[in-house]
Amino acid sequence: MTEQSAPAAAVPSRFPAALKSAALSALVAFGLFSLIVGARTDQGPTGALIVFPRLDDLAWLAGVVFAGSFLRTLLFGDAPLQVSRHFPSGVKRIGARLSRFAAPALLGFALIAPLLFYSNRYYLDLSILVLTYVMLGWGLNIVVGLAGLLDLGYVAFYAVGAYSYALLAQNFGLSFWIGLPLAGILAAFWGVLLGFPVLRLRGDYLAIVTLAFGEIIRLVLINWQSFTGGPNGIASIPRPSFFGLPFTDDEGGFAHTFGLEFSPIHRIVFLFYVILALALLTNWVTIRLRRLPIGRAWEALREDEIACRSLGINTTNTKLTAFAIGAMFGGFAGAFFATRQGFISPESFVFMESALILAIVVLGGMGSQLGVAVAALVMIGAFELLREFAQYRMLVFGFAMVLIMVWRPRGLIGTRVPSIFLRKEKELPSSMVAEGRR
Amino acid sequence: MTGAPILQVEHLEMRFGGLVAVHDLSFAANRGDITALIGPNGAGKTTVFNCITGFYKPSTGMLRLVTSDGASHLLERLPDFRIAQEARVARTFQNIRLFPGMSLLENLLVAQHNTLMRASGYTVLGLFGFGSYTRAEAAAVENARYWLDRIGLLPRADDAAGELPYGAQRRLEIARAMCSAPELLCLDEPAAGLNARESAELEDLLLFIREQHRTSILLIEHDMSVVMRMSDRIVVLDYGTKICEGTPAQVRNDPKVIAAYLGVEEEEVDKVEAEVGL
Repeated sequence: MTEQSAPAAAVPSRFPAALKSAALSALVAFGLFSLIVGARTDQGPTGALIVFPRLDDLAWLAGVVFAGSFLRTLLFGDAPLQVSRHFPSGVKRIGARLSRFAAPALLGFALIAPLLFYSNRYYLDLSILVLTYVMLGWGLNIVVGLAGLLDLGYVAFYAVGAYSYALLAQNFGLSFWIGLPLAGILAAFWGVLLGFPVLRLRGDYLAIVTLAFGEIIRLVLINWQSFTGGPNGIASIPRPSFFGLPFTDDEGGFAHTFGLEFSPIHRIVFLFYVILALALLTNWVTIRLRRLPIGRAWEALREDEIACRSLGINTTNTKLTAFAIGAMFGGFAGAFFATRQGFISPESFVFMESALILAIVVLGGMGSQLGVAVAALVMIGAFELLREFAQYRMLVFGFAMVLIMVWRPRGLIGTRVPSIFLRKEKELPSSMVAEGRR
Repeated sequence: MTGAPILQVEHLEMRFGGLVAVHDLSFAANRGDITALIGPNGAGKTTVFNCITGFYKPSTGMLRLVTSDGASHLLERLPDFRIAQEARVARTFQNIRLFPGMSLLENLLVAQHNTLMRASGYTVLGLFGFGSYTRAEAAAVENARYWLDRIGLLPRADDAAGELPYGAQRRLEIARAMCSAPELLCLDEPAAGLNARESAELEDLLLFIREQHRTSILLIEHDMSVVMRMSDRIVVLDYGTKICEGTPAQVRNDPKVIAAYLGVEEEEVDKVEAEVGL
């Protein structure tokens, strides 16, 4: 890549090529946007649709694409854009050093966050939401990142957990602390149930079936009115208590018992620490499991299933445990979701949720715990902060995804740390990692 | 070294639809021997391997494996992972199948999965860090270190397996198979793509495995110099049938084998075909 070290000299010679590629890109953009942007439909006075041409917007977009493509080819040539190569090595080294402190720093921040945001209910709610997705991401990471089983229906287990707790609490009056493990167990059971029929499938085929599974669960929830309340959902789900002390403003309440002035924030802070503990439990279990034979078998399964079988690994059990454990954490998160919201309906468990959780895992870097946490923070946090620009939210979101995948095709954390070392700790490039090779 | 048969293949037949890949094949591999399975391309050697290791279910026939504790296993009835687990048959693949993104050490630990799984109390004890698992893991690492040292890859123990050069990957695959403590090691073309020096190292390694670990070896190989030097017995396949079996010296001079490999003069075709039974 000598051309890149001396871009100035090469620029004039690239001029015709740049012009050509820019014209092509502009043409493609024109074709793509001509209907999406160029024609706007609106309801006319008689109720019929009227088409407004928006040629100026169309011309602007094509112009922007032309300019962008022209500059890119002029400056960097035709080679695929690899942003990381344009960083000086010093920046990379600082980045590597920062990432070592990222995990403790994030944990420390999470521990004191309620104190920082004590007076700001909005930020507290947002951090609870982010932590829920961190937990869901870590749970799905077991299935997708470690075992390499592409699951597009993870939200089903979230739903099973939420409905399990809601129904157990309503029908049997079980408290959150009993409902939580039961919801996890039930979700794990459904994970095994899903696992059985899809044992032979991998990759795209598995993704389709799990996608269907997610939809089945949602449709059952909508249509089984007598049991689940149908589209109306389940309301007035019991709130969690502080190990028996309710967060109320009366005699036996939390605030009264501890001699504090009653504040509704107490419950939010408590919820924050509950989800933080649940997320950290997920993280701890995953980290432990990775160093156990089952975790290594998961990763080996992701790399080469046939080799696994030739070494005497029961791939059936290995896959089912991955599904079950992943689903269990999904169920825990679901039960938490139910108790936090106090109300659940099938609308909360649509495919978009599955896609979002999967995007968190993929963006974070398959199998990387820190990456998943950062990705959840960025995705959910940014998604919320962009709420004011609702119109452009999906646009920014999609653009960011494309950028990150160009910049880091293996996710934010593109390395894999082996589960055990003989000599010294060292990261492996995940470009070697095989996904679903048969 | 020659003892009782460890593997007896009787009337093995493998059909894929109308195609008969292996037809009425019977042979035995003796304990402690290196038995080679040779034949021209498409003769059905790898199919036989896949039947022995359970990746294919034979259409008919019996595959009996006797482990050193005297137990006899009928391989055609076992699923593939139990063949590796109980009958103690390990294999390597024609196109190397390592876990490329995992380190060399991890590759060798995955091979000891079942031992470690028991020691970790099927994950429950291991999750809470019980000492029995820590000890078992240390022993497994020691075993892995031993094999890494033997194949000369100890300095690269923490590198990704996919980063290794081709010859080293072949050796690692054999070491990984040996880490599962097999009684019968099935090697599918281990010398393919190796240069002369690597090939000689491979021969050393295989002899070492046989002498020091008393593992019987079943070998598919196209490199005739390797086969003739190392094998105790050779079984020759052509078009899915056995055309010859015997010591290297016997096989080398067998006219059917020469005909199968080199072809025959035009005028001899009828004669040879009559002998071969076509």
